[in-house]
Amino acid sequence: MSENYRKFLRTSQLPHVWCPGCGNGMIVKALLEAIGELKLDQNKVVVVSGIGCSGRTPFVLDFNTMHTTHGRALAFATGIKLASPELRVIVIMGDGDASAIGGNHFIHACRRNLDLTALIFNNGIYGLTGGQLAPTTPTGKRSTTSQAGSIEQAFDLVRLALGAGAGFVARTTSFDHKQSASFIKRAIMHRGFGVVDILTSCPTYFGRMNDVAEPYDMVHYLRDTSSPMQDCTCAQNDAPDTELMPTGVFRDEERADYASLYRQKIAAASGGGAGKRSAS
Amino acid sequence: MRAQRLVQGNEACAHGALYAGCDFYAGYPITPSTEVMEILSLEMPARGRVFIQMEDEIASISAIIGAAWGGARSMTATSGPGFSLMQEGIGYAAITETPCVIVNCQRWGPSTGQPTKGAQGDVMQAIWGTHGDHPVIVLTASNVRDSFDMTVRAFNLAEEYRVPVILLMDEVLAHMRENIDWPEPGEIEVVQRRAPADVRSFKPFAGPEFLPFGAGARFHVTGLAHGAEGFAVSDENAARELRRMVGKVRDRVRELAMFDRFMLDDATTGIIAYGITSRPAQSAVERLRAEGTRAGLLSLKTLWPFPDHLVREVAERVETIIVPELNMGQLVREIERAAGGRCEVVPVGRVDGHLLTPDQIADAARAPREHLPGKAVHA
Repeated sequence: MSENYRKFLRTSQLPHVWCPGCGNGMIVKALLEAIGELKLDQNKVVVVSGIGCSGRTPFVLDFNTMHTTHGRALAFATGIKLASPELRVIVIMGDGDASAIGGNHFIHACRRNLDLTALIFNNGIYGLTGGQLAPTTPTGKRSTTSQAGSIEQAFDLVRLALGAGAGFVARTTSFDHKQSASFIKRAIMHRGFGVVDILTSCPTYFGRMNDVAEPYDMVHYLRDTSSPMQDCTCAQNDAPDTELMPTGVFRDEERADYASLYRQKIAAASGGGAGKRSAS
Repeated sequence: MRAQRLVQGNEACAHGALYAGCDFYAGYPITPSTEVMEILSLEMPARGRVFIQMEDEIASISAIIGAAWGGARSMTATSGPGFSLMQEGIGYAAITETPCVIVNCQRWGPSTGQPTKGAQGDVMQAIWGTHGDHPVIVLTASNVRDSFDMTVRAFNLAEEYRVPVILLMDEVLAHMRENIDWPEPGEIEVVQRRAPADVRSFKPFAGPEFLPFGAGARFHVTGLAHGAEGFAVSDENAARELRRMVGKVRDRVRELAMFDRFMLDDATTGIIAYGITSRPAQSAVERLRAEGTRAGLLSLKTLWPFPDHLVREVAERVETIIVPELNMGQLVREIERAAGGRCEVVPVGRVDGHLLTPDQIADAARAPREHLPGKAVHA
């Protein structure tokens, strides 16, 4: 990592907890590059996480950081952002974090369109607890709680986010570093709720359970199971049915974000009839 | 002439929050607390403050904790089922020493129970509901004006102690209307958040000072065991931090104890009540006095940390303590423990969704004594 981004690291908290071959470090580098390029005020960036391997990210990041409870990172972030709108709030979630225990918060955050950036570190498995089935584990893939192969249909988080109304929705992989940095940057710049589903490698659990135990092979697995799509910015575009996970920007359209609409409500309430009750 | 208003408990609670400077409310509708959020949905934007309806109670409490770290004075209100969902967040608020206020308008029974019937069945849950040893402050209110005042005090204590403060109301108080003196600005003390003297050397978990995100320092907040700077600790360091957190409330029980005493000085029969039940308890004292029984009432407003010393004082002087509660015996266990055998302790419970009457409480003092010791009287 170049010296430029070292200032964003809490070097006192290194080494991190991630396994050799984990893709999370690649995503973190992409995130720090994006933050560096955007020249965000380090004191005004808040990184919020949930629980799991991804949840450990903020420990090593030198911003204001909040490691919350499992699945609730977006709900905490909603409070932070509305209480202090000048903060840039970046939410890091795992796939189980975002779509199993936190699925309800995720769809409502998409719908509400608060100006938040949601990065999903999607390794298709529960890593920190030792390799259990996730809602994103592809059908047929093994985990410690689906040892004969998953019989469930996996969640497509891009489609979920599109359906729930997120303004910016993209997918990339930790294999494609430049694309990761680019999409993260666009998601942060997007005024409204921006989601990047980042497929990442877990050789320790997903890999060992599914014949891609070598980190090198696992990185290539990400490459070979995803399919780059051209940048499509119109709202009608949707992820096509395919065996491959399509990557790209699926939606990039601005609609009024929650805080802007709320400010209008405040203006109307304080100028109009709603304030007619006397002050307490 | 000072302003008066005919308001319900929930309305008084909502206005108490506004008075206390609450500038962030997140909630989810649930009977019988809903009026708190309905009122604030109107009043908060009118004052340039934030109101948001979240997708559930877990999100609501998470949002108010996040808002506190965003610099807000935050609150949510709920009832039993929602309060159960909030236990996760209450634990996080406790371990991250986040000032916030949670109002629970108690309703009858476990699960859905009877949403429109009052109860005092969540006392132990309010104290112990989230897992692990943890600090919380639990308050109650017994009338409509009290709902206003205790909401303000809940905010004050949240700031002073950096803990989640739980205010236990109940369905009857929530919906009951009373004409109350409307507090003027400045009439009730409002405690402001204590900022650190030096932002640069701020340690987020080293004392009552609080600094929000974005105020110049960069730090880490986590639900994991952590030291003064927010980074993980274990073993004896984790024990030290836990003792400090629990101790900051437990060790200041005398300062925290809020209560009313009524005709206790010469009493031989004590009644210890709290919340809505303090009202029929006071009438019971009056009736017993009229009959020649020297009765008195200790009405507790702070339920946790539990004021052992107040109960001991009563227990040393009376022959009997009667404990009326709208449950099958919760706070009475604490009272028995604190009384320590100095007098007999008689629980009087009622769980049919109605309030205890003065006579149901007084009957416990009127009944032949041989029927009483250790026996619950269930109306």
